[in-house]
Amino acid sequence: MSRESTRLVGDGLWRNNPGLVQLLGLCPLLAVSNTLINALGLGLATTAVLVASNTIVSAIRRVLRPEIRLPVFVLVIATLVTTVELLMKAFAHGLYLTLGIFVPLIVTNCAILGRAETFARHQPVPRAALDGLAMGTGFGGALLALGTLRELLGRGTLLADAHLLFGERARDWTLVVFPDWEFLLAMLPPGAFIGLGLLIALKNSLDALLAPISVNILKRGTRVQTSK
Amino acid sequence: MKTALAETLRPGLRTALLLGSFALLGSALVSFTHRITEPVIRHNERQMLLTLLEGLLPRDRHDDAIIGDTLRIHDPTLLGTSESITVYRAYHDGEPLAVFATPVAPDGYGGSIRLLVATHADGTLAGVRVLGHRETPGLGDAIEATRSDWIHGFRNRALGDPPLADWAVRRDGGAFDQLTGATISARAVVRAVRDWLRYFAAHRRQLLARRETTP
Repeated sequence: MSRESTRLVGDGLWRNNPGLVQLLGLCPLLAVSNTLINALGLGLATTAVLVASNTIVSAIRRVLRPEIRLPVFVLVIATLVTTVELLMKAFAHGLYLTLGIFVPLIVTNCAILGRAETFARHQPVPRAALDGLAMGTGFGGALLALGTLRELLGRGTLLADAHLLFGERARDWTLVVFPDWEFLLAMLPPGAFIGLGLLIALKNSLDALLAPISVNILKRGTRVQTSK
Repeated sequence: MKTALAETLRPGLRTALLLGSFALLGSALVSFTHRITEPVIRHNERQMLLTLLEGLLPRDRHDDAIIGDTLRIHDPTLLGTSESITVYRAYHDGEPLAVFATPVAPDGYGGSIRLLVATHADGTLAGVRVLGHRETPGLGDAIEATRSDWIHGFRNRALGDPPLADWAVRRDGGAFDQLTGATISARAVVRAVRDWLRYFAAHRRQLLARRETTP
């Protein structure tokens, strides 16, 4: 992988994570992160749409004019999401019944418009697509972390309802970590806000902890100057 | 002068045309997709309804084509919804066996909850399923049969079992469990099923009419 691609992936997954750093797409992030399986479903659907919308926006970037770019982006995203929803309903009805509630939510994810506006419209197609993949995965990762936290604290389980996404054989995948545990706050919307706040704090303190190490790596061979 | 005006207008016109063609392209794509998927989607939904009906009343007990024999009913006062609802009927040798109704609970947490209620001819419930809802994922969606067993609590119940006054969730002093964090969803479903049973009791004769012999 070239240095440029590595940087793109690192940005999407960590440094510029849409959920934890850019704080974009909070509406679906907070609404659908109450179980791990729900989080996984929305993460997958969002990544697919983000890759497609970044690719299309990048492909049409030379025909676009600055004054109409936003309406065109909105048109592209809305068309894409509607088409995906219709196709899923027709050709993957089982999947639609479970992922279906997430698909319209993707339109409310401003991370998608944000990537089109700040990145994809300046970049060639492969790079835009990779950025979509990295950002989508980063968003999905934040969703999974929050989903894990909330399901564990709220219900004491992990992977509940896995059969909705993976079929009947997944029905007994559910891990009961704390039997008969119920903490409603974690499942309700306030729990989503508090959980996200804790995750952001965790990421920031990890960054602060790791900062001296990465500086050392950058200045390998030279003495690190510490000022006190 | 004229040419200068044309010169200033031209870029704007070109931009407008560009935006217009994107809008046209987008709408064309969506309507094209809608066109090819619509029959498939309708087929899928029909199939899903049939699967649900079969699940509530096994096939060997009734004649075929439940879905073909439908009735539209409309009764805002008794059913609590201004929508008219569809009723399917299952027969055995021309005798009515069960009635499937699709009542709507108008007062769910996220709006209407569409139900499928199967009632035996004697007024006992064969079962209840949720056809569509917008309840909170993770809480209110426990009314779905795939997510929890709650909805199976209606099986074999009837208007007198529990008594009419007890057709409510426990928190309201009734006989039905509520759902943690989703009392409103459970309450809406219990109420809609109760209302349907009252409608059934009042209109039994029309609902259970013998099937006129058709070739």
